[in-house]
Amino acid sequence: MTRDLFNAEIRQLQDEVLVLGSMAEKAILDSLEALRGGDREWSKRIIEDDRKVNKKRFEIEDRCIFVVASQQPMASDLRALASILYIITDLERIADHAEGIARINVMLADEPLPRKLGYIPSMADRAVAMLRDSLKAYIEHDVDSARQICDADDEVDRLQDSVYDDCIKGMIADPSTIQRNTHLLWTAHNLERIADRCTNICERVIYQVTGRMEEINISKY
Amino acid sequence: MTHLNLSPVRPSDEPLPDMLRETGGASAEFAHAAPRPMPEGTPIALSAHNVGAWYGSKKAISGISMEIAKNAVTALIGPSGCGKSTYIRCFNRMHEFAPHARVEGTILLEGADVYAPGVDPARVRQRVGMVFQKPNPFPTMSVVENVAAGLRFMGVRNRAEISDRVEEALKLAALWDEVKSDLKKPGIALSGGQQQRLCIARTIAVEPEVVLMDEPCSALDPVATLKIEDLMRGLAERYTIIIVTHNMQQAARVSDYTAFLLMAGDGAGHLVEYRSTADIFTNPHDKRTEDYITGRFG
Repeated sequence: MTRDLFNAEIRQLQDEVLVLGSMAEKAILDSLEALRGGDREWSKRIIEDDRKVNKKRFEIEDRCIFVVASQQPMASDLRALASILYIITDLERIADHAEGIARINVMLADEPLPRKLGYIPSMADRAVAMLRDSLKAYIEHDVDSARQICDADDEVDRLQDSVYDDCIKGMIADPSTIQRNTHLLWTAHNLERIADRCTNICERVIYQVTGRMEEINISKY
Repeated sequence: MTHLNLSPVRPSDEPLPDMLRETGGASAEFAHAAPRPMPEGTPIALSAHNVGAWYGSKKAISGISMEIAKNAVTALIGPSGCGKSTYIRCFNRMHEFAPHARVEGTILLEGADVYAPGVDPARVRQRVGMVFQKPNPFPTMSVVENVAAGLRFMGVRNRAEISDRVEEALKLAALWDEVKSDLKKPGIALSGGQQQRLCIARTIAVEPEVVLMDEPCSALDPVATLKIEDLMRGLAERYTIIIVTHNMQQAARVSDYTAFLLMAGDGAGHLVEYRSTADIFTNPHDKRTEDYITGRFG
């Protein structure tokens, strides 16, 4: 009795998690490019596409619940399915934060180009790298890599502080930039939340592999 | 409650016989199973030390040590033939009914050795009652006579006392409301689930300390099964329950502690892992347990 069908079902669900992850990653990258280029129409399409991300998340959730009901999983199987349910929630929220950045660009559309985004592109690069690393750790069941994600999260937090400093200085120096700098602060906040969600994914990786809940999102910074 | 004067635990200064030493009888691959998963200070109803059992020359279980928490539900799981039923039948000396059966090791009930010389097996079976796979009410007896049978066997003659204790047992077995209007009807006229609850009432009427349940729901439909499971949780407030089941969801639903037994290369059942039920079903430590409960065994 090897449960081939059940194993195939779990593999299929893991593949679907990666599909959702790539949708979230594309949303982050696109929202930053649209912001950089001041492309309001692109941002509107990103906002529209967030529905597809939500739909995919609910499809995976429905499938997971059916598998739980029909297969009555135990032990590592149960942890794998529970982890999927949590990870897809984090991925969907990551895409929501990307959608938030797209909405900021729609509001900023009258701001002149080229946009000076300061440390925001660096934050985005690191957040996307964290997303990729967390999903790689998930698929490879790599607990050590999952724990190391904290260091990258600290770096994102540092960059957010730098964005904050720059924006405050800019507002003080030229009050006419208050609205634009406030929007940039929101953008940085969205990216910081994306990084936090990646640490949540890594906590689920650790739980799935070891069976132990471990809080890794404790900043040393 | 009638308490028995069983022989005391061996004095601590008396050396343990070889068969009671920790590793005796168990092969290395099974030697690490801890016999006590409960927190320090948990009251213990029954302690089994290095128990082995034979049917003639065939060894059915080997070197199994477990402490059973008082007023808790302990589940034994494992593939067919791993010795679960044999093990619990050692607890109330029913194993010795089998031809050429033999038991080694020590089983202490509330600290007293149930196999000590002079102990009456019938009295042990009163203290450690048993419910079987198939409901087995006495076919010629009414509902009330079925429950009263054990009391009469114990020598209770007072009709009022018998009546009170039968009613109490039927209430504890969650059967009273369904049969109180017709207590004289034959026990076998009840539904399968009711018959099993009648057997539980018969068992608890004699006020045992431990109730052994050997696959008590395997012949019942899902609704009757859930009723018995609810009943088990309630009964655990008064009794110590040990259940053998092939239904892992049932073990997960009703028990506080779960033990996984497996037949080894020597053909005998050994204890692989014994932990809290939450641990066993979410994070078992032994790969063999993991493989069995996830359905990948074999």
